[in-house]
Amino acid sequence: MITLRLAIALVLAGSGCLFMLLAGVGLLRMPDFLTRMHASSKAATLGAALVVAAVAIALWDGAVALRALLVSLFLLITAPVAAHAIARAGYISGVPLAEETVVDELAGRYDQDTHELAGTAAGPTEAP
Amino acid sequence: MSPALAIAGYGLLALLTVAMALAALRLALGPSLADRVVAFDVVAAAGVAMAALAAVLWQAPVLLDVALVLAVIAFIGTVAVARYLEGKVRR
Repeated sequence: MITLRLAIALVLAGSGCLFMLLAGVGLLRMPDFLTRMHASSKAATLGAALVVAAVAIALWDGAVALRALLVSLFLLITAPVAAHAIARAGYISGVPLAEETVVDELAGRYDQDTHELAGTAAGPTEAP
Repeated sequence: MSPALAIAGYGLLALLTVAMALAALRLALGPSLADRVVAFDVVAAAGVAMAALAAVLWQAPVLLDVALVLAVIAFIGTVAVARYLEGKVRR
């Protein structure tokens, strides 16, 4: 006998697992670092958070469900921070972009010594 | 827990395993350190989801603590390596 609560949990967990799978496929198939991040960081975060939220609904018992919700919330809060940090570090350390890249608006506008945008203080610089 | 639910749970665990394997493949292939860190992040996220699912499947709420600790360690590790990568360029 499957109650409505368990059915909801099952749907949430199923979509979460599909998102995780999508993140894995994107991670493997995308051509360069930033596009891989684009595919994986959002899908993996949403996937894991959905699965843990589904677990909270399935357990439905005060302290335990609260802990599961806490994990879900923690994932949603920390993932953007980690993604931002590693994307910035990757770009600065000069990871090559894919051949298909159309525009790189940061190119030539980034001061490698101070790690600040060049030209924001003294007006815009010309694009190279 | 009814057998149908248990089968569904193990099916979801299998899906997560495939996702983790794909990410692990990228972790092995690289090519840059940043790529590996992103791949590790996905492996850790899959691990968190697996631990949480197992907590329901095996009626062991303790595994939720495992999920929480795994999430914390993955976050700290990612940020640490990101800072390391930036600092290496600065010099």
